[in-house]
Amino acid sequence: MNAMSVLKTISFYLLVLVIVVFAVFPFYYAILTSFETGTALFEVNYLPQSFDWSNYATVLNGRNFPRNVLNSVFIASTTVIFALFLAVTASYALARVRFRGRGLLLMTILAVSMFPQIAVLAGLFELIRFLGIFNTPWAMILSYVIFTLPFTVWVLTTFMRDLPVEIEEAAIVDGATPWIIITKVFLPLMWPALVTTGLLAFIGAWNEFLFALTFTSSETTRTVPVAIALLSGASQYETPWGTIMAASVIVTVPLILLVLFFQRKIVAGLTAGGVKG
Amino acid sequence: MPNPDHGPSLQQQRARSAFWFLAPMLIALFCVAAWPLLRTIWFSFTDTTLSNLYGGKWIGFDNYLSIRTLESGRVIYRGTLVDPAWWNAVWNTVRFSVLSVTIETVLGLMVALVLNAEFKGRGLVRAAILIPWAIPTIVSAKMWAWMLNDQFGILNDIMLRLGLITEKIAWTASTETAMTAVLIVDVWKTTPFMALLCLAGLQMIPRDIYEAARVDGIHPVKVFFKVTLPLVRPALMVAVIFRMLDALRIFDLIYVLTPNSAATKTMSIISRENLIDFDKFAYGSAQSTLLFAIIAIFVSLYIWLGKVDLSGGGK
Repeated sequence: MNAMSVLKTISFYLLVLVIVVFAVFPFYYAILTSFETGTALFEVNYLPQSFDWSNYATVLNGRNFPRNVLNSVFIASTTVIFALFLAVTASYALARVRFRGRGLLLMTILAVSMFPQIAVLAGLFELIRFLGIFNTPWAMILSYVIFTLPFTVWVLTTFMRDLPVEIEEAAIVDGATPWIIITKVFLPLMWPALVTTGLLAFIGAWNEFLFALTFTSSETTRTVPVAIALLSGASQYETPWGTIMAASVIVTVPLILLVLFFQRKIVAGLTAGGVKG
Repeated sequence: MPNPDHGPSLQQQRARSAFWFLAPMLIALFCVAAWPLLRTIWFSFTDTTLSNLYGGKWIGFDNYLSIRTLESGRVIYRGTLVDPAWWNAVWNTVRFSVLSVTIETVLGLMVALVLNAEFKGRGLVRAAILIPWAIPTIVSAKMWAWMLNDQFGILNDIMLRLGLITEKIAWTASTETAMTAVLIVDVWKTTPFMALLCLAGLQMIPRDIYEAARVDGIHPVKVFFKVTLPLVRPALMVAVIFRMLDALRIFDLIYVLTPNSAATKTMSIISRENLIDFDKFAYGSAQSTLLFAIIAIFVSLYIWLGKVDLSGGGK
């Protein structure tokens, strides 16, 4: 019996080990590759063999990559600010005010977040051309509203609905207007939810590819995912794996640190957006 | 109401301000979602081209299906609905979606069951499985493209060493394995998300149920199928539809991993090709309209047949 339980424990931890290795190994291998150049790149190594920073130097001294990172930072932050601003007031109305058609409105917003992005691509392309923002960051900021806004509204609405009625009643008795109630009563309570949704929206905007690929036409206006996807070597037939991995590590490490740091909040936000909605 | 005398007017005032609070969001969503969708559908009935967005003429259903009878009596069918490339893409998308979501659900549930147990280092494992989720899809596609490289890839090396294969496989280039390659990467990337959603569902099950089952001496496998599975089913159903919708519109992973393989071209890929690369703007619009219709029908059927409660007590 005792031997059985030892065997059970061992196989359980073995399973855990398999899960962790499967999850972490590809990124570990990307880091390993990013430090290799020349022929070392084309030998399969399981453990670090060299620490050559030249791939990182190539990426960071390249003409466009730093610019692409700045583009992504600007686009993702502006998208988040814009989405949160619109979502806070909207979710107050959806969570705290009774009106007819509220349930239907919520379902419509949820439906928008399920849109296949390709279905709006042609129409958005026309709109962006019409507004004259093709090949500028604003094209992405505008189009990213389609997936950040429904998501933030949905999560913030769930969060606001769970806040007690009393806090609002006191303010109503004092004659506060809805705007004052939002900014003075709810906003201070909502920081945790705002951080979570903001972070998830940021990650979504940072990673987006289809719109960024379609609405940019020059190397300097590309975002990071597009730049990495289209990174090419000296010749057409030579893929610069070392530099691609270095660029990948550069854009992924900050994201992973953020995710690990805000782990609990992110899991809560994901499940609020997923299980409840 | 705290103030009965001003009850109705207060209610009215709140409803009015609610309208103004909702208006900016609704206008924004109309501009980026509803209007472009309507325009896409409109384009699909015209002969618009990329270089002449406003010069398109109404041509009815010709982009979908046109039947012309020549004088010789031969009938010519044209349009997306008789385009073998389109049906290949439909088949690829469906195959990819069903396979990936099934594998991810099973694996995700397994990982969630592991994470639901109490053990040392659980927090660390949960952090580790968040890593694939946090990595941008393009980056994971590139990382795996390197690992799946036919000559220098580590996966071939591992499998050769273990004796699983006798010669190196061109994972992404060969038609037989391209879909497998895409599935491997997608499973790696999205199983964590599935696992977290399943875990949230599992944690809502009260622990006493398991205690009672153990006291009664019921076999764990039976407990899983009779207790755990029915209780996580609602959470699972919602997770599955979210993943399914993501899978049906997959674009970026395939665009980077297997760009030119007909074995993995999905509806999104082929629509964009026609829209932007091949200058068949209207034809591509028709294909994206069809994709939208397929997804809409699928969601309605799923919610209707599965009796999924998406509102989460929204009323």
